Amino acid sequence: MSKVAETEERTNLSQLERRRPAVRIGFAVLTTVVVAFLVLACAGPLIVLAKWATSSSQDIISDPFGWWPSGVVWSNLNTALFQIGIGQNFLNTLWVVLGSWIIGLSVAVTGGYVIAILRPWYARFLNAAILATLFIPGIISLVPLYLTILHVPVLGVNLLNSFWAVWLPAGAHAFNVLLVTRFFRSLPSEVFEAAKVDGAGPFRVLFSLVLPMSRPILGVASLLMIVASWKDFLWPLLVLPSTSVQPLAVALPQLETTTTMGVLMASLFIATIVPVLLFLVFQRQFLRNAGQAGALKA
Amino acid sequence: MAVKVARAHEATSEPTTPRAPKRARRGTGLRGWYRGGGLSTLLLALPVILVFGLFSWWPIIASIPMSIQKNDLVQPASYVGWANFRAVLSDPLLPTAIQNTVWFTLLAVVIGFPVPILLATYAAELRRGRGLVSALAYLPGVIPPVVSVLLWKQFYDPDGSGLFNTVLGWFSIPPQPFLQNAISAMPSIVVQATWAGFGSTTIIYLAALMSIRSDLYDAAELDGGGIVQRAWHVTLPQIRHIILLMLLLQIIGTLQVFTEPYLMTGGGPANATVTVLMLVYDYAFVYGNYGQATALSLLLAIALGVVSIVYYRVTRRWSSS
Repeated sequence: MSKVAETEERTNLSQLERRRPAVRIGFAVLTTVVVAFLVLACAGPLIVLAKWATSSSQDIISDPFGWWPSGVVWSNLNTALFQIGIGQNFLNTLWVVLGSWIIGLSVAVTGGYVIAILRPWYARFLNAAILATLFIPGIISLVPLYLTILHVPVLGVNLLNSFWAVWLPAGAHAFNVLLVTRFFRSLPSEVFEAAKVDGAGPFRVLFSLVLPMSRPILGVASLLMIVASWKDFLWPLLVLPSTSVQPLAVALPQLETTTTMGVLMASLFIATIVPVLLFLVFQRQFLRNAGQAGALKA
Repeated sequence: MAVKVARAHEATSEPTTPRAPKRARRGTGLRGWYRGGGLSTLLLALPVILVFGLFSWWPIIASIPMSIQKNDLVQPASYVGWANFRAVLSDPLLPTAIQNTVWFTLLAVVIGFPVPILLATYAAELRRGRGLVSALAYLPGVIPPVVSVLLWKQFYDPDGSGLFNTVLGWFSIPPQPFLQNAISAMPSIVVQATWAGFGSTTIIYLAALMSIRSDLYDAAELDGGGIVQRAWHVTLPQIRHIILLMLLLQIIGTLQVFTEPYLMTGGGPANATVTVLMLVYDYAFVYGNYGQATALSLLLAIALGVVSIVYYRVTRRWSSS
């Protein structure tokens, strides 16, 4: 383990400096302070949330730091899930996320495949048109997009209160298409050329060659899409107003005035578990990708 | 290199035989296009064209005619010329909203901008536990914004037994009305927003820091540069372009702030936290005035474009000098 560390490329501090007592002690102190602060500031609120979700409203309000002064209240979770409809909102969120993921991934994969591998004459225009949307601020189209949902051109349907109103626009995220396109460009094109010569059509090449070679990037893109659509608030607020289709993000703010503090906290906790667990399980993919996102932006 | 040469050779000599007849088979015209896979390609391009066409390009284009129409969804839209822009620009709330939005952006830059750079600079020096530090910093970013805002709203409880006020009480500081006071409301929102966003920026800086070449530090050390001098003369110039880019992205992002003030204070107290995007929202979804909402969002988008261009011009001068 230590050998690995020693052969690693240096950053600002050199190996020699790291052995100097002043540097070592200073760095150890800094580490203690930073890690303690991070644990307190970043994990702390989540721990507080978990505690509050299982505390009585009275305890939360009168003694926010107390360790369950009047006992653990599991009934908050039960009330949230089954009595005030958070269970239904949870299912709605799952449904919203699932559809957004499928649509988002399909659009990114087919789009990336056409632009990076099939390269018809219009590929470069398509690429430019997708890139351009990155430079146009999203807010410009918020209201027009809402009106588009009320009356979709060509199809002529009203998608208000339909999950399609979230699913379809979820596909129009340039970042995901660019991410996949960039990866597809790095694949060895000779393989696809050879398959084509052997008589494999574009669909065959996509499903038997490109997709199996792209598992890592598809996993990363999926995580990004799932967490992004789980976090989304403003758009579902606009297009899914009916109580029966509201996802968690839309339903939670209304609970502030309609339920007790304990049940509100239990509901917030329920809305947090899935993305946090996904993050804890796939930490490495998240962090590596977050770093790459910077490279892509630059 | 050798492999590349071999491949190039292969490409020029071998495939000529299978490729030539294929081109002949393709021929010209619709039939040739079909047999060359043109139809399958178009089918595969269809999802991206349809989805981007309907839900990205169309709304962007439609925003221009919509901004010069009166549209309340009850009566058919009618042309009103510049009336929407005039109405929006003469709204007495607009100066307040612009002021608040710029204030939010300034505070977010002052509070939130240095944190990720410093944290990443530290984390880059770690030999063990870098993953743990990154993961901790990134954690708040995966919590849904609605949850984190509603949770922080409780932390900011003005009562003496609120979470933050309890902490202040330990130091004998009287309870503060964080969100109920026009002066402290905006900084309180910025602190929450910074908490939620600093992790992802830290990871981006960390990736940039880790890609700085070791020999640059070696050379600086040979020239007698200490730790601070190396940070100033090697680290900073090497990540300057990413710092400038992240700063621009942060400014553009915070100028469009909505969710945090909308949920935390609803624009109050006394309109102290109303932002421009909240005005857009109110025009459209409270007053049903879609034309005016579009006009204001168009103006905001133009302002963002101007900010980006000016920023680009100014920072390019810095980088060249």
